[in-house]
Order: sequence, then structure tokens, then C-alpha cells
Amino acid sequence: MSGRQLLLMDGIHKRFGPLIVSAGVTLDIEENEIHALLGENGAGKTVLMSILCGVLSPDEGQIIFKGQALKPGSPRQAIKHRIGMVHQHFMLVPNLTVAENYVLGQGSPFSVIRDMKTVHARIVELSDRYGLGVKPDALISDLSVGEQQRVEILKVLYHGVELLILDEPTAVLTPQETDRLLHLLRRLVEDGKTVIFISHKLDEVIRVSDRVSVMRDAKVVRTVKTSETNARELARMMVGRDVLMDLPRAPIEPGRVVLSVEHLNCDGESGLPALHGVSFQVRANEIVGIAGVSGNGQSELALALTGLLPIASGSVTLEGAELVGRSSHDINQMPIAHIPEDRHRMGIVLPLPLTENVILQRFDKPPFSSRGMLDMSEITRQTRDLMRRFQVKASGPGDRIQNLSGGNQQKLVVGRELDRRFDFLLINQLTRGIDIGATELVMHKILEQRSAGKAILLISTELEELFTLCDRILVMYEGRLVGEMPPDRGRLEEIGLLMAGKSPMSAA
Amino acid sequence: MEDLASLSFLAATIAASWRLAAPLIFASIGEVFSERAGVLNIGLEGTMLAGAFAGFAAAFTSGSILFGVAAAIAAGVLVGLLFAFFTITIKADQIVVGAAINLLGLGLTAFLFRSYFPSAGKGIDIAKPVHLPWLSDLPFFGEALFRQNAFVYSTLPVAALAVFVLYRTSFGLTLRAVGEHPKAVDVAGRSVALYRYGAVLICSALAALGGAFLTLAHSNQFVEGISSGRGFIALAVVVFARWSPIGAFVVSLLFGVFYALQLQLQAQPVHFLPYQLFQALPYLMTIAALIFVRNRVGTPSMLGVAYKKS
Repeated sequence: MSGRQLLLMDGIHKRFGPLIVSAGVTLDIEENEIHALLGENGAGKTVLMSILCGVLSPDEGQIIFKGQALKPGSPRQAIKHRIGMVHQHFMLVPNLTVAENYVLGQGSPFSVIRDMKTVHARIVELSDRYGLGVKPDALISDLSVGEQQRVEILKVLYHGVELLILDEPTAVLTPQETDRLLHLLRRLVEDGKTVIFISHKLDEVIRVSDRVSVMRDAKVVRTVKTSETNARELARMMVGRDVLMDLPRAPIEPGRVVLSVEHLNCDGESGLPALHGVSFQVRANEIVGIAGVSGNGQSELALALTGLLPIASGSVTLEGAELVGRSSHDINQMPIAHIPEDRHRMGIVLPLPLTENVILQRFDKPPFSSRGMLDMSEITRQTRDLMRRFQVKASGPGDRIQNLSGGNQQKLVVGRELDRRFDFLLINQLTRGIDIGATELVMHKILEQRSAGKAILLISTELEELFTLCDRILVMYEGRLVGEMPPDRGRLEEIGLLMAGKSPMSAA
Repeated sequence: MEDLASLSFLAATIAASWRLAAPLIFASIGEVFSERAGVLNIGLEGTMLAGAFAGFAAAFTSGSILFGVAAAIAAGVLVGLLFAFFTITIKADQIVVGAAINLLGLGLTAFLFRSYFPSAGKGIDIAKPVHLPWLSDLPFFGEALFRQNAFVYSTLPVAALAVFVLYRTSFGLTLRAVGEHPKAVDVAGRSVALYRYGAVLICSALAALGGAFLTLAHSNQFVEGISSGRGFIALAVVVFARWSPIGAFVVSLLFGVFYALQLQLQAQPVHFLPYQLFQALPYLMTIAALIFVRNRVGTPSMLGVAYKKS
């Protein structure tokens, strides 16, 4: 940290229709620091950075970089000033090679691509310097998410940035990969670069940053030196009130076996095997977690259990009844509830009102329908009731669900599923993309179900979520269950190694 | 029946295949550009008609085929601008706009033809086969390959140029990226809209050129609906060719074979089957092709999706 100002974003205003996504934000970044931008989903961090990169243009306000005003809304201008961003959703074209992605948009559009050799050589050189292991001729679609992230970081370095912005970079990484990334960021700062690190994870922010700006409701609430604050204070700034960091989980002895999965083999949507001999049981009064880096067969497991993916071999019994061979419609009639991974794709229908989203699976049954006609007053009544119990904020039961925040959408989905008659609850990513308030509420509701004797399987890529809720954690790697761990934060390292496909014993 | 087996029948069929494939080659290579950039231009048929009519009108009035070609390309660019404005700038549904272009092409060319060329009965002098020294005089090969007109020969450099532009230039790389991940292009500081305009204009110009072939090098007359579904067949060719320009060339040739066979068989004094069946051959093959190409590997992921910033 030099104390010299590198960047000033001054009075940035931006609205999308009626929604204010940036309300006069002022942010200053010093040369040669790691500056964390902390805030919940929807606090306006990504929008602010997209404005900085010229992808979005602000309605008001100015950006001063090295004492010079940047032309707003011009990505080329940002690139010219050596500002580069690693986006949360990677900006890599999957059917091109690494090197082709790096030259994309470079030079005159009418130039002939010659000299790929020099490009390759420079990539290898940079990759070696930072130990990133990027191969220039690899096709992006063949790379894992972690590899793609390294490709994306190297792309920005390749373009010679001075200010590097990373948007939630650790969301897709194992704890060890996260360590490597944080080390890399420190090295970049030693090399004279400046880093803006967007995150909603307090521990990472405290570990790596020099200063923190906390965002809430489209505003920067405060900027503090990291050394002069702590997690509790940051959490309070982020949420605007005290946060209960740990939920009480009463010790209950697990009961009878509700779900039993034996030697489950299954092919993924690409036709390649996705699950290999997966076996486990979930008992009543128990929450079993499945940990793993995203893309290691968790989605396929959830789809297989709900009949959405054909099972190649093995057995799944729910309360003694075999699920294999049944259609998803049949399974839906059984005592099972499902909170899906991607609520926009599988949980809700965005353009429909809350009422119709509440009855999605049960619209043809009483009390919602009789003699083929929907009972709208009953549906509305139940929707109102659900909104009250799960604190779903919307203008009314007839509001389109797409107008709700992620947290409120998820509360509705959770409420709808918990209102079904079920013994087994399947959850895939409970708190993805929702705010702390909603997280607290849905976690609380899930723990209530555990006490009520339900068997719960929680698939998650967020270890924090698993530690808080689970009785035991199974780790999944490349379609196999590779280990079982107690929900003990002290054993994070071992879980991380399992998630990366390494045995904790051999590594020790 | 002996005719069917003779070498000269084979040579004539090969020659006719390439010749009849020419309009498909132009239109499908054009469509490869458009679809690679994520724009599904189903308005090929209407664009071909526009090219066919504009080419005919200009050649008929001026007496110059070259002038006809220029007019056809200009008409194609105009239709392309119309399509691009609605689908890219206004972000209207590409299928709907494409269908409108087809209807407009059919109606407008028929109207203009009847209004301004009521006595065009004598037609124009169509493009003559180009005699290539030595090559054209080869036995068999001369007849099969080297007695074509300039339109047909030009399909080769057009295909080669398409491959070069798409895979060897910065423009082509960006264009392919635009159809897969437009946001990445936007972030890299290039205008997605501009590239899509470029792709659509290339597509329309080539489709119009394919249409012009029909009036300037095939039949000497404009007839209402002269493209008779070739624009739609070209769309199928692109799917079958997995969005590759070389593939489009080869698959178009394959369809050219069906067109040629259809013509040859009609001309044969064989009447064990009704001639309408032969006429239907290219269309039946299109349906068959689309049924058998179920695996959509290579489809640009953002095909048909308008790009919105934010």
C-alpha cells in the first residue's frame, strides 16, 4: 500500500428501471493494495465493477483513474487503461482455445491471425511465472471450473493489467485452491499491481485484504482498514444489524433409515458416467451433507434421486419402496420434497405469479382444484399464509415471482416444499445467491424439520452451510463418495483434500 | 435404359449437380456466417427471391450480367439491413422477422415483376459456360467439371474465402465468439451488434447471389417464387454441415446431386414412376437429413438469442 490514490469512483448512480442498483456510490482505491468489496448478493458490488469496466454506463457520477477521467460505458477505454476483471461467470468462449480467447478482440478486426506461436510462448512464460499451469492450446470446454478461473486470471495478466478485479473468485474453489488464489493475489500486489476482491465471505476478506469497503443496499456503507476491524463488525455493517453466526443444533439421535442408496451408477446428460457405485443412507432426525466442488456428480445425484436422470444400475429405496424405474411424476407422488439447485430453471416459473408457483406440483389435487377447476380463492389464501410464515416479501400473492429478490424466491420454494407431506427432503444448494436474512430463516426452518423427524440430504458447495446444518458430511469427487467427515470446522483441511481427490492420510 | 449407365450420363449428372448446387452453396455459406454469429436468418428464401429479381431486372434493362450481379448483391444488402435492424437493433424475434422477409420477398418481387416487366417474355442472355483451355477438352472430366459458367466456378473461391475469413482472421474469430458467448466479446471491447450486422449482411449478400444465379445463369427469366424452397433447403444444409463452410459446400453438392438426378430422371423415357416423385426428391432428402441429424453438436449456443447488455 503506497497511500497514493489510484482510482476514485465518485457519486456513481445507476438504475435498472425502477430498481436502484447504485445509489451515489463513492469508492477510492489506493495504488498497490488489495481492496475487498464486501457485501451480500444484490448489494451492488458487481454492478459497480461492471461500471468501472465500462460494460455498464452509469446514469451519473465519474470515474477518475490515475487523475484522469475515464469515458463511461466503454470497455475499450477500461482495457486501454489496463483495468481488467475476472467475472464470476467467466468470459471465456467454450469452443475456442485458451490462446484464441486471449487474442479475441485484440488488434484490428480485419487483421489476419498469424503469429499464434508468440502468443503461445507468452502464455507459457506468464503461466510459469505465476505457477498457474495454463496450456495455451487447451480447449476451454475441456477445462474444469478451477482451471478456467486460472485461464481467466492469466488472460487479464496477459493483457497487462495494473488494476485487477475479481468477482467472487472463491465461489468455485476448494479450500486449498482458495489458499493458492489468495497467495497469488499477494504476489500480484508484490509485483506492483492493485487488486479489487469482491466477496461475501468474511474470513477470506479478513485474510487477504488491506482495506475493506462494505456495500449494502446499493451504497458503500464504510471503508475501513482490515487490521482495524473484525468479522463481527464487518457482518454488522453488511447486514445492518447483529447477525447470529451459529444456529443451535440440538443433539438428537438419528432414527430409522428413511432413504437408502446402494451402488448407484448413473450416466450424466453428456452420456458419460457421472456416478460410480454411490452408497449411503439418510435416517430420520438427521441431516446428511454432500460436499464437493461443483461438477463432481452432485447435480446428477439429485436428478437421479428425483427420477429426472435414468439410473444405470443400483437401488434407491425410500421408506422401503424402490425408486429406480419410476418416473419423476411417480416419485413426485411419494413422500419426498425437493429444493432444487437452480431455482430459476427447476424451482419456479419466473413469469408466473406467486400463487401459481405455490401450486406447481399439486395444482391438480384438492384443495387447489376440484372437478378440473382451480379454486383460486383457496390458492390465494394458502399463498398468503405461506408468505406470512416464511416472510416472503412481495407486493401480493398475484405478483410475478421474477419481481422478487433471490432470497424471497428461495423462501417461497422452501416454504412450498416444506408444506408437502414428506419424509425425505432433498436439498441442492440451500442458500446460493440469497441474503443473510433469508439464509438465517431457511436454515432455521430446515433444522425444525430435522427435529420433526425428517430425513434430510443437503448437497452444497458451501462448506460453511454444511458445517452449520449437517450431522455428518460425505465428500464427493468425480462421481464417487470419497470420505465421511464430522461437521467439524477444525477438519476443514481434510475435507478440502478429499474434495480435491486426494487422500488426507497420504498427504499428511 | 442404356443411357442411364453411360459415361456421358454420369458426366452430365456431375456437371448438373455442381451447377444446381451453386445457389445452395452461396446461400448456405452465407447462413453459416449468420448462424455462427448467433443470428438465425430464416429469411434466406425471400432474400434469394430479391436477388433473383433484382439481378434479372438489372440485367434485362442494361443487358449486362455483371450489372445484374451487382444489383442482386445490393438488393441482398438492403434486405439484410432490414432484417438486421429488426433483429439486432430492435431485438425482435428472429423467426418472425425472417418469416416476414420471406413473405415480403415473395410478394414484392411478384408485384414488381408484373408491374414493370409485363413483356419480359424473351428473357435475357444467360451466363455462358466458360471454356478453360485444355481442361474443358479433357475426356469425361471436361464435360463433368470444366464446362461451367462463372457463377458455378466462383463457388470454389467463395468457399475458400469463407474458410479463411472465419478461421484465419480476427473478424472470423470474433464472429464465432459472438455466437457462443457474446458477453465475452462485449467485455473484450468489441460491439456485438456490429459483428452481427456484418454477419447478416454477408449472409444476405451471398443468399441474393444464390438467387441471382437462378435468373442470370440457370433460367433466363424471372418467375414468381423461382427459388422454390432453396432458401429453406439451405437452412437444412447448414444444420447437416454442422455450421462449417466446407461442410456447407459438400452438403450442398450432395443436394445438387438430388436436383440433378431429379432432372435427368424426368428427361428419361422411363415412366414406371410419376415424375412428381422425382421432383420431390430434394425436399424429401431435406426432411430425411433433418431426421437423421439429431445430435446437435456444433450448434452455436446463442443461436437465435438477441444480445442485451447488463
